[in-house]
Amino acid sequence: MDLVRMVQQQQLRLDVPEFRPGDTVRVHVKVIEGGRERVQAFEGVVIDRKGGGLDETFTVRRVSFGIGVERSFLVHSPRLAKLEVVRRGRVRRAKLYYLRGLRGRAARIRERRS
Amino acid sequence: MADKEKWILGRKVGMTQVFDDQGRSCVVTVLRAGPCVVVQKRTPIRDGYSAVQVGFEDARTHKVNKPKAGHFARAKVRPLRILREFRCPDSGLYEPGEEIKADVFAPGDAVDVTGISKGKGFAGAIKRWGFSRGPMAHGSKYHRRVGSLQSREAARVFKGRKMPGRMGGAKVTAQNLSVVKVDPEHNLLVLEGAVPGPRGGLVTVKAGRWGRRSGR
Repeated sequence: MDLVRMVQQQQLRLDVPEFRPGDTVRVHVKVIEGGRERVQAFEGVVIDRKGGGLDETFTVRRVSFGIGVERSFLVHSPRLAKLEVVRRGRVRRAKLYYLRGLRGRAARIRERRS
Repeated sequence: MADKEKWILGRKVGMTQVFDDQGRSCVVTVLRAGPCVVVQKRTPIRDGYSAVQVGFEDARTHKVNKPKAGHFARAKVRPLRILREFRCPDSGLYEPGEEIKADVFAPGDAVDVTGISKGKGFAGAIKRWGFSRGPMAHGSKYHRRVGSLQSREAARVFKGRKMPGRMGGAKVTAQNLSVVKVDPEHNLLVLEGAVPGPRGGLVTVKAGRWGRRSGR
């Protein structure tokens, strides 16, 4: 897989902050609308992070007006303008899919203090 | 035609995705292509057709038998593991010992890639020919069978009837893939899309029959 990694190497983003599932992040996405480019923010809890190298993705979940919305992003996508970690969460598993079945107070995540 | 034909031998390394200039992710296959060494020329006068024989990948010396060793010595090239011939209008353009590298292609070129597809074993008609299956429940026991073979009038089954059998492990060409990246220094060729065969499989990359790709 050496050559594969080489292909990926130059497109890997080094400016991505460290974050893990459970963290609350604000993702600034570049969206192209009618020929114009602007930045849109999406804030929520990271519920999974999978894949490796350039193929790595993460999913952000937020509850918006009572409806759960999940968006997946490629970690190294040039379309991500910025990624901010808003809050670090303490969780005991890598994939937080169980949050989908929980609402309100039950879906809270304890803060992680290092 | 005065131009050299474009072709090269390579190995499939694996697949990944890269971002294009607009930030869209695009699925690619990474090939280790070349260097190929010209070993022999076939000429219309001597052989009745025009082609060049090229070798790919160094062979370990104890794997090369004497006839082959002589063949390589005559061309003054190092022993190679794989020998393949490529037809070309004028083999006179090539000289034995000449190296063909990935840079015969450029990003944006359309290529056809030939390889041996992954063997699927004895496959049913659904997988092999895309037949539809029957209901899986509600009392149905007709799940993945082939169905009718022919009309009753014929009283026999015509040749070529699509039935279960060996699938895969055959020569397949993926046409009109576009070249994303070329790095002759690392013998690297990156193509958009999938290529027949397993990782590590031998593939032949040729200029596409359909001409240049206009872009995505």
